[in-house]
Amino acid sequence: MTSLTLGGVDSAKLRRLLPAYGVYVAIAVLVVFNIFFTDNFLEWRNLRIQLVQVTPVVIVALGMALVIGTEGIDMSVGSVMALGAALIPLYLGYGVVPAIILALVGGLAIGLINGGLVAFVGLQPIVATLALLVAGRGIALVLSSGRYKDIRDKNFLAIGTDDLFGVPYTVWIAGVLAVIVGFVVRRTVFGRRLLAVGDNRPAAVLAGVPVKRVLVTVYVIAAILAAIAGVVQVSRIGSADASRIGLLIELSAITAVVVGGTPLTGGKIRVLGTVAGAFLMQLLTATMIANNLKDSTAQMVQAVIILVAVYAARERRTR
Amino acid sequence: MSQTATASGISPEVTASSDASLRRERIIELVQRQGALAVLAIVVVVGVVAFDSFRTGDNAATILISAAPPALIALGMTFVIVSGGIDLSVGSLYVLGGVLAAWASQYGTWAAFALPLVVCGAFGLVQGLVIAYARLAPFIVTLAGLLGARGLMLALSDEGGDTYLVKTDAFKHFGTGELFGVGYPVYLVVALFAAGMLLLYRSRFGQSVYAIGGSEDAARLMGVRIHGTQIRVYVLSGLLAGLAGSINAARLGSGVTVLGTGMELDAIAAVVIGGTLLTGGAGTIGGTIAGVLLLQVIQNLINQIGTVTSAWQTVISGAFIALVVVAQTYLARLRRVAPG
Repeated sequence: MTSLTLGGVDSAKLRRLLPAYGVYVAIAVLVVFNIFFTDNFLEWRNLRIQLVQVTPVVIVALGMALVIGTEGIDMSVGSVMALGAALIPLYLGYGVVPAIILALVGGLAIGLINGGLVAFVGLQPIVATLALLVAGRGIALVLSSGRYKDIRDKNFLAIGTDDLFGVPYTVWIAGVLAVIVGFVVRRTVFGRRLLAVGDNRPAAVLAGVPVKRVLVTVYVIAAILAAIAGVVQVSRIGSADASRIGLLIELSAITAVVVGGTPLTGGKIRVLGTVAGAFLMQLLTATMIANNLKDSTAQMVQAVIILVAVYAARERRTR
Repeated sequence: MSQTATASGISPEVTASSDASLRRERIIELVQRQGALAVLAIVVVVGVVAFDSFRTGDNAATILISAAPPALIALGMTFVIVSGGIDLSVGSLYVLGGVLAAWASQYGTWAAFALPLVVCGAFGLVQGLVIAYARLAPFIVTLAGLLGARGLMLALSDEGGDTYLVKTDAFKHFGTGELFGVGYPVYLVVALFAAGMLLLYRSRFGQSVYAIGGSEDAARLMGVRIHGTQIRVYVLSGLLAGLAGSINAARLGSGVTVLGTGMELDAIAAVVIGGTLLTGGAGTIGGTIAGVLLLQVIQNLINQIGTVTSAWQTVISGAFIALVVVAQTYLARLRRVAPG
């Protein structure tokens, strides 16, 4: 009996562990592959580029993880990024700090609308945030008069180009945000409430969790994080183009979250897994490009990986 | 109604109040179902009064022909949404269909129609299979489909650099030719909507779509074939998106690679404005027609005004979608509360 079930237990265990830790295995495999087959992969210059490129996705994905933890989804993050980006050149004249604060306020406003529509009106998250996806980018385009704007403020550009202890500022920002989000999820009352809402909403209501307030807060946090990602992106590329910044990033963010082992059904958030998921997708794209596969192929491979990851996550839930 | 009430011995006051609540429910239902048509009528009247250039026959023909591709996509989306799902891949499939049609037109008009239908239909089939058998959320599957179809389109067009020109005059003629002042594609779309109505309202498949959208568990207990219905819905949506793509290619004379982002949102918006609930199980094709035309007429009016930039147009359409969806949600809630 024991010997018979042993095999079963092992495969069940594997099935349980794969979605949660598969992302780390996949990263390890890709790194080993790259060490052997990609020239200059381990050079700091290359690693630095990868790190800098992945930061906006990491920041957006952190917010997305929180939203998905409540059994929601936020499709508007790319437009919020564009809005944050569009606000920067408008207010940079007043200084770097006011400009960044205003960009974050822009995110806050969109987050409030998203959260209000979901929590108080009772719209499905996907519909509410789809509307804001359309309207948000429109607002960003209106603010920037549909024009591409170069940024010359050295202090602001320093955020995107300068280092602290040899690591770019933007990477520090993403790292600190990841730690904060991880702390909030694991160690705070808000984090527990958030997971309760995602796990079983009626039960959360009965337990006295202020569900509506939690939901609004979550969408606001996600939008502010997206605005930060927009600011980071603008500081790195040195220009604000509201029509292009953040396009399809909701897809990358959702992928990162799901690949990292956070189920779309809510009630569970893996913050470190989300960061790892973003890295995995970045590594994958970089590997394919470094080995002369085209962008189109990369997109199709990404599509397949999203499905496989979501399927793996589904398996764990039913066992 | 009052006859049955008196027959069962209920006092007149109760009958009166239940009549009133019934009437209220009917009005709410009417607004929810026909709201789009009413708004469309108002908008058209405003347009006719305000703009000389709006009330020309040419302008009406323009509205109809530019509504043709989005209408087809919205028709497929109606089936998907009524079944309780969503299809985010249609924008990409539309572009893919256009590129395929333009490329295939060198082998004749039939090839230009057949290839997009086959490829986009197969794409829908794969999505449907994954949704039905792997039981993954439709939005995530079709979001991956959006990415995959886009990747396929870019791969076929040398990363978006190649624009295939339509080689067959007959195919081009289908896109640009007119009968009684209205483009050929419009007639095709009208015929397909009629067929769609028959399919949704009068066929076993259509009733299954309503059943699984209303309650999948109940539908299963009634013996509805859940998997088969779901798969067919996504195949249908893919086919219509591909056809919309080839119509557009015929009209433009080339397979343009940069269009189509946001088409899925327009389609969802048109369906929702037409009174179909996103929760599934309810909705009409007539409403979708009104929704599509409403979006097109508003777009046309914004162009007539001329001073509204495309950025503002995006803001307006986003706000409009939000407004309608919020209104629909409240009306649906009122209906649920009303009888009690």
